[in-house]
Amino acid sequence: MATLYEGYTLCGVGPVQNSSNIGILGVEQGRDIDYVLVTDSSRSITVYKVSDQKPTGSWSVKQGQIISCPAVFNTQSQEYVVVTDDRVVRVWKEDDVNLEKAFKATVSADVLRVLSATDSEPVVLFCCGAVRFLDSLLASPQQPIEDVLTEDEIIRWSTIVKAEHQLVVLFSTEQRGEHCLYVQRFNPNTLVKHRIETEPGLSAPISFSATCRGSNIHLLYLYLNGSVYESVLPFRSSSTGAEGVQALSCSLCLSLPLGEEKLMSGAAVVLDEAHVAVIGFPHPSAGACKDYLCIWNTHFQTLQASKEMAGRIYSQLWCYSGKLYVPHGKMLSVIPFDCQKSSLAAAMGKLKQTSRSESKSRSFVTSWTCSDVTQTTEIKSRMSTRNNVKSALTVDQLVEHIKTSAVEDVQAEVGEFIRRAPQADLQLAAGRVALELVSRSQTDANFYPQCAFLQLLETRYLCYSVCPELLSLAMVKKDFHLCQIAFQIFSDIPEAVTCACLKAILSTPDLEMETVNLDTDSVIFMKELTQAHSRSDEEGGQLNGFCPPALESDVSDTPSNKLQRDPLSLDMSCPVGLHKGALLNEVLQTAYSDRSLLPHLKDLTVPQVIVFLQYLRFLYFKYSHDAHKQIRALRTPSISQIIDWVCLLLDAHFTVLAVAPEAKRLVFDLHKFVRSQVKLYAELGKIEGSLQVLKNSKQSEDFGMYAIQVIELF
Amino acid sequence: MGEFKVHRVRFFDYMPSGIRALAFNQDTERMAVARMDGSVEVFHCSDRFFQEKIIPGREQCGIEGLSWVGERLFSAGLNGGITEYDLTNQKVKYTIDAYGGPIWTITGNQQGTHLAVGCEDGTVKLFEVNEDQIQFERNLDRQKSRIISLSWHPSGSKIAAGMMDMIQVFNVETGHSIHRMLADRGAGTSRSKECVVWSVVYLSDGTIITGDSVGMVKLWDDQTGTLIKSHNVTKCDVLALSVSQNEDSLVAGTSEGIVVQFQFVSMVLEKDDKEWVRTRTFRNHTHDIRAVAEITTAVVSGGMDAQLVVRPLLDKIEVRSAASALRKIHFPHRRLVSCARKSGLMLFQYPGHLELWRLGESEGKGTPGSSLFVKRNPEKLLQLKVKGEDHIRCSAVSPCGGWIVYSTASTLRLYRLHCDNNNISITKISKLPKVLSSANQLCFSSDSSHLFSASAQSSVHIASLSQSGCKFVGTLKPKSGSHQAIHLLAASEDGKWLASANSDHEVHIYNLQTQKAHCTVPVYSSAVTAMGIHPATNCLFMMHADQQMFEYSIEQKQYTDWSRTVQRKGLHRFWVERDTPCLNVMFNPQNPSHVILHDMYMLCIIDQSLPLPDDKTQFYNQLTLKSLTEEQRKSQSHAFKVCKTFKDILCVELMPDQSLVVVERPLEDIATQLPAPIKQKKFAT
Repeated sequence: MATLYEGYTLCGVGPVQNSSNIGILGVEQGRDIDYVLVTDSSRSITVYKVSDQKPTGSWSVKQGQIISCPAVFNTQSQEYVVVTDDRVVRVWKEDDVNLEKAFKATVSADVLRVLSATDSEPVVLFCCGAVRFLDSLLASPQQPIEDVLTEDEIIRWSTIVKAEHQLVVLFSTEQRGEHCLYVQRFNPNTLVKHRIETEPGLSAPISFSATCRGSNIHLLYLYLNGSVYESVLPFRSSSTGAEGVQALSCSLCLSLPLGEEKLMSGAAVVLDEAHVAVIGFPHPSAGACKDYLCIWNTHFQTLQASKEMAGRIYSQLWCYSGKLYVPHGKMLSVIPFDCQKSSLAAAMGKLKQTSRSESKSRSFVTSWTCSDVTQTTEIKSRMSTRNNVKSALTVDQLVEHIKTSAVEDVQAEVGEFIRRAPQADLQLAAGRVALELVSRSQTDANFYPQCAFLQLLETRYLCYSVCPELLSLAMVKKDFHLCQIAFQIFSDIPEAVTCACLKAILSTPDLEMETVNLDTDSVIFMKELTQAHSRSDEEGGQLNGFCPPALESDVSDTPSNKLQRDPLSLDMSCPVGLHKGALLNEVLQTAYSDRSLLPHLKDLTVPQVIVFLQYLRFLYFKYSHDAHKQIRALRTPSISQIIDWVCLLLDAHFTVLAVAPEAKRLVFDLHKFVRSQVKLYAELGKIEGSLQVLKNSKQSEDFGMYAIQVIELF
Repeated sequence: MGEFKVHRVRFFDYMPSGIRALAFNQDTERMAVARMDGSVEVFHCSDRFFQEKIIPGREQCGIEGLSWVGERLFSAGLNGGITEYDLTNQKVKYTIDAYGGPIWTITGNQQGTHLAVGCEDGTVKLFEVNEDQIQFERNLDRQKSRIISLSWHPSGSKIAAGMMDMIQVFNVETGHSIHRMLADRGAGTSRSKECVVWSVVYLSDGTIITGDSVGMVKLWDDQTGTLIKSHNVTKCDVLALSVSQNEDSLVAGTSEGIVVQFQFVSMVLEKDDKEWVRTRTFRNHTHDIRAVAEITTAVVSGGMDAQLVVRPLLDKIEVRSAASALRKIHFPHRRLVSCARKSGLMLFQYPGHLELWRLGESEGKGTPGSSLFVKRNPEKLLQLKVKGEDHIRCSAVSPCGGWIVYSTASTLRLYRLHCDNNNISITKISKLPKVLSSANQLCFSSDSSHLFSASAQSSVHIASLSQSGCKFVGTLKPKSGSHQAIHLLAASEDGKWLASANSDHEVHIYNLQTQKAHCTVPVYSSAVTAMGIHPATNCLFMMHADQQMFEYSIEQKQYTDWSRTVQRKGLHRFWVERDTPCLNVMFNPQNPSHVILHDMYMLCIIDQSLPLPDDKTQFYNQLTLKSLTEEQRKSQSHAFKVCKTFKDILCVELMPDQSLVVVERPLEDIATQLPAPIKQKKFAT
């Protein structure tokens, strides 16, 4: 779920001069996550400390000069950069008072924007589509700038994405109604042109937002008809040559509801992989008014949070470090938000929710992705030093460590972290740490911190949706102990995974399985279950002299050569080893939906089906003998679970079982036993009726006019 | 202790009759109650409201009013007659016609010289009360409408009469009307209906209080003839009013079944300007309240629901005791059921007829608490309708089941019952001895050979019974001079002794062989409600209205040691606080130490061999004992074994086969047979 918190006004917006582009040229990240750089379309640049809602510095250009692009902060040199009158690049420091006295250089072509990513050199994007690093440009300002774009091609939008120390500049252009996306990569410098292909009839995208996730750039663009499309670009250029225009495949990921009014503008910004903030589109249930800021979940197409914005909305929206910056009316508002990791488990209410989880949202928004980590690290470490003298690792430090350290160290650190982290933080951190551990394990074959995984599971803050790879990793590593614990703790394992695990368990030889270290409680249960058989055989007769003659007589009508023995004592030996049985019990107790499970069950091979069915039959017989009643165990499969699995298995493999000769005996036994049970329950039903009558007759106090009763006096 | 087979009988459709009038005698503390069926009962207010006297009614009697004049009781009714009762012999003394049509009200003055009756023809008739009769004196000025209610001014000089739409005040001397006060009719649709002044009370300070059909209690000034104040009590009728002796409290009964109390209190503390203020409301009735009476410490009310409710006024009671509890009297304090023990027959006494039933039979045995299979259902053998208009006063079936006898106020009839298998035949014994013309109480000897008939002057006539008929044997007369009617008779099993109890609380014991009075049990202050002679020891066991019990050895003419022990140690608090009298005393021939008693709510077996409970022991201990082992029970049990399984008990009898017959009449069944009460709006209905 996502939440929009109460916002506050950062500053006023200057008088609106032209209708479309308004008072604010841009909002950029400042030197710290708490600072933003607001570039006024009039003549001033102001630095605000967001938490204090106060300006800490302000510069303006002389009358007659125009600021032509938003100012940015160069984190490497701790300098501000702005371009005035299209061609004059100005660079100054925090303590410079007068902009006129700052360094300036005039370049040979019109500059569109200066783009800056944290901890990297700012990039200058020219109107003609050429790109230069700021350093190299300032070294020789008058260097010739090549024309990349054709004459009437105009850049509509641009951004810079940084990941893995690699910068990518993206910009989109429009030429006679055709839209293209250029991807500029550095080292080696490549420029790839993509044609944005959308359905015919769609006008221009009105808003773009790019994030870097994994090794891909996710680009989201919004159309006026409310469609949000997503395109995925590889981070590193795969194509060798840049020749030709590649089509950019896209997929519709969200359809915003439209009101009756014709929309003119709007903006969207990606918050994290599942959430997108949209402004300018109507609230689905608030009627025609479109002055709403909404957070949508693209996975589930649900509106997660909304906030009404007073005054006129401009199609501008920025997002930095968990805060949305929205100019509306005559002010620029800062609205903190919070997006929790959304999983189906969370949506269905299966996952424990905390009210303020994810205080630091996972929004890898272009320009501050890297600063995020460092800055929060600073804050966190400050906080933790205040709390405990011995500074423990923060999540971010831990994640960094996981990437590099040895298995033993990682396990120790994770253990330490779990012990020290406060509960609320741990809930957030556990998933992240687990993800990191899994991804390291997947890439590094020698790295498998089982203890760390177990410890993380023990926190019970993990669920399948948070870390889906964990179970498959455990299967690959044949770590059945981890599997068992995961089965016990996860409540949202998909049926396909359940089946895969079942298959893995069944296909593992018993000998190998017995060496696995399993949860003792479950093993004891299996031991007792298999021993109860022999014990009841020895003592049962003498204990109360009871032997089930009714069932004996039940089967006497069948041919009696080898069926004379007690049908219940048929094959009462456990068909699988203790450990395998214990694991199968865990599988039986998982939650599932039979419709989803059935197709996956068909993947089992015939021998696997037969072994599993034999085991289920064994359990069923045992349970019918009431053996389990004597066994004290925390988790035991219930008889209805067993029967449900028998039914599913029979459904899934009906034809196979019908023809397979080795299954004949098994199915025959099952049928016989079930038939006897059905008879028994039918008889019990009859008895219930008579008992009910007896009970009712006891209750009737009203005896009418006459009765002869017996009383006793003492 | 043991198991008992119990015949639970609920087919006795006894219906108590609605209460129509009440009259309280302050001096003797007796409450006279007139019922719809014309019967008049006298309750002793200071003896736990024991029903001392019952004068059975008659058809078409229709009593409308009751009045005490001194110790004499008069009634008047819609048949136009005024009746005086012979309370000693519990019968009507005489009836004279007032010649004014139906009489709606009768009231005597405080001086005890005159009776005034209000008639349908609009006259108030004054009767002079003479030594042995009453004599018509004169009419007051005749009015146009009927006289519904009357009240004397305590001085006896003025009389207020409630009529249709008005109240008249008469000067008794001149017979002329002094004032005419108009009662308002109700508003709206009821404006067309006449306002009936149902009840009027004339206070010594000249205030006249009326209750009318509009639901108002109004106060009038007799000097000016003006309305002083009116209280709207109900939407229905105010049917009855009664003022306390010292005129500081007034109760009004309404047709909704509520009683409203008004008190004459000063509005400002310690000032003398008093006003009548509505204070309390009592809701104990489901139907119309036809009569209320405020007695010294309680409000007594009765109405269509046939129960007499004694609601104590707690501000007038100094000590909380059993006497200060709310008391509802549902059933008569006499036995209406007699049992032919040897043949399993039961005789039910209704006002106008008798029913003879044979009990059913069971099969098999059952565990305590279970019902047995009824092999043969009970069977109604006989219904005997009374000849004439008088209602039955007493009846009995002989222990062998061969004789049935009943008596009304005027006749006594004896029948011989032949019962072989399914053929029932009954023959009336025609030539009865002259002395057996009427009886207050009837009883057969245990061998069914003799009939004892309690008659006037506390005497008992003995008649021998044989195939040939009934022959007078002799008369037993008490040595004392008491002439009060006998209400209980008890014959000993061996045929040697007969005990009689009368309304003066005297118990006389006669030797039947010599036909002489044997002795008299010392007179106890409370009335005898039940008694029986022990078959083995010939001790007379008596229960009194105040719940005390005595055992008197007839042969030794003294109380037994056990009785003395009981008196010395005292009875348990819970036993004494029960509010219905014990109505039967039985003995278990197989266990001589057992005495079986019952009242309306419980059945009790007293084991005289066990220690008596003191106030610290748990009295109702049957459930406790049930959970204990045999050994532990011995230390825990005491003499009183109370069984509360049954309720609304009319009669319990012990049959020779050790089974008990319990005749129940559930009050819910009675309630369903009552006429519908006034419809009242209730929430959520």
